[in-house]
Amino acid sequence: MAKYLLLKHYRGAPEAVNCAPMDQWTPEEISAHMQYMQDFADRLEKSGEFVDGQALAPEGTWVRYDGEGKPPVTDGPFAETKDLIAGWMVIDVDSYERAVELAGELSAAPGAGGKPIHEWLELRPFLTASPTVTD
Amino acid sequence: MDEALIRSLTPGVLTVLVRRGADFAAAEDAVQDALVEAVRGWPADPPRDPKGWLVTVAWRRFLDAARADTARRRREDRVEEEPAPGPAPDVDDTLQLYFLCAHPSLTPSSAVALTLRAVGGLTTRQIARAYLVPEATMAQRISRAKRTVSGVRFDRPGDVATVLRVLYLVFNEGYSGDVDLAAEAVRLTRQLAASVDHPEVAGLLALMLLHHARRAARTAPDGSLVPLAEQDRGRWDTASIAEGVRILQAALARDRLGEFQAQAAIAALHADAPTAGETDWPQIVEWYDELARLTDNPVVRLNRAVAVGEADGPRAGLAALAALDYTLPRHTAVAAYLHERDGDLDTAARLYAEAAHEAPALAERDHLTRQAARLNSRRRGSR
Repeated sequence: MAKYLLLKHYRGAPEAVNCAPMDQWTPEEISAHMQYMQDFADRLEKSGEFVDGQALAPEGTWVRYDGEGKPPVTDGPFAETKDLIAGWMVIDVDSYERAVELAGELSAAPGAGGKPIHEWLELRPFLTASPTVTD
Repeated sequence: MDEALIRSLTPGVLTVLVRRGADFAAAEDAVQDALVEAVRGWPADPPRDPKGWLVTVAWRRFLDAARADTARRRREDRVEEEPAPGPAPDVDDTLQLYFLCAHPSLTPSSAVALTLRAVGGLTTRQIARAYLVPEATMAQRISRAKRTVSGVRFDRPGDVATVLRVLYLVFNEGYSGDVDLAAEAVRLTRQLAASVDHPEVAGLLALMLLHHARRAARTAPDGSLVPLAEQDRGRWDTASIAEGVRILQAALARDRLGEFQAQAAIAALHADAPTAGETDWPQIVEWYDELARLTDNPVVRLNRAVAVGEADGPRAGLAALAALDYTLPRHTAVAAYLHERDGDLDTAARLYAEAAHEAPALAERDHLTRQAARLNSRRRGSR
């Protein structure tokens, strides 16, 4: 089994095919989208492939140490250009192929017009400790 | 094995040990050991006096641990001179435990964790699950808190206001995992109210009961928020509401008004209305005025603006809102709501979308996004 991180972006990812801000959908389309995501997570929980999933707030700040006795540097209140992570899901699956399959399924969540969003998701494998050699 | 009984006895046993001079952390360890023995032995051989049994076993464990530790030789000598444990007193003396766990030297999150552990008798794992943190993290937080209060003298009277704040924090955590923190907070506050005669303790208990009574109606089956006006009032727990109102009335009659009593009065007025349309908004505005006098909290004035909007119309609400700092949390959401009621759907839709972006919680963000979507699709439909 290997763990993968699925990242959803607010910004920074290539534009989705069916891209419309959520407040331009109908309430029914929003419900369908939420239901799809919930069903997806429930199914993975049942198959034992779900590890964790969280949504993140839109505001993020870059922070850096600025030397002895000074407060850390931040990038200020304006953050026009950086990537922003909207949320993540961690899955624990048998193979890379399975991870890609699941990410594809998540990207097919319905959006405006009841059609799949085709949203780009970032799929990143976890680094793990090297396995103990037993033989 | 009656888990609820054990949970209700634990704080009292802990208090007895600490009273007798055991250090808080050592007393807690000893009580945990005694509980393990109880779990093992009670099903086959239930004691006649469960609390007395636990005190005796825990005290023995504490002495064993103290003896084993040579560095504690002197304390041990002192301890040995003490009389053998007699029957445990039946009076509820967990009160001091509340004060200790809400000690001002603790951060709010530590105070909450320690209260749930020591007063509530929850396991570290249950608390960790409820707060969605790893068990090891919660164990560290709790042991750090125990160290912090270890040097605190136990006989000094605590500050009721601090205890109430901690209990209210627990209540507002709601529920996740296998413990319902809101219900736990109600239980602990009820216990506190039984031993402290203070109108604000009663006020907090009333407030919790009144909020708790509406909980089932507050979310739809899919987890989305249902606003007060749209809630199915048939799902409100009328017994809880009646109890909350009764407790509140007795507290108000004592004429020592405080924040929690005023908040409970507002909750009671909502709970009392058979339909949303019959809500007594003018009286709610008056209570918000009282509350604003008691606390100088800007959030109170924001809520007041909503009530004014209902009592005197959306324009009056918007005027009240204009006087407030627009960076207040939920200011945008309130503005959106008042604009919608005033018939300005374009502005309302834009503000709802903006408010969704600022929302601190997922359910709230989804709710506001839906509000924006609802207005946007209505506008498209009417074009």
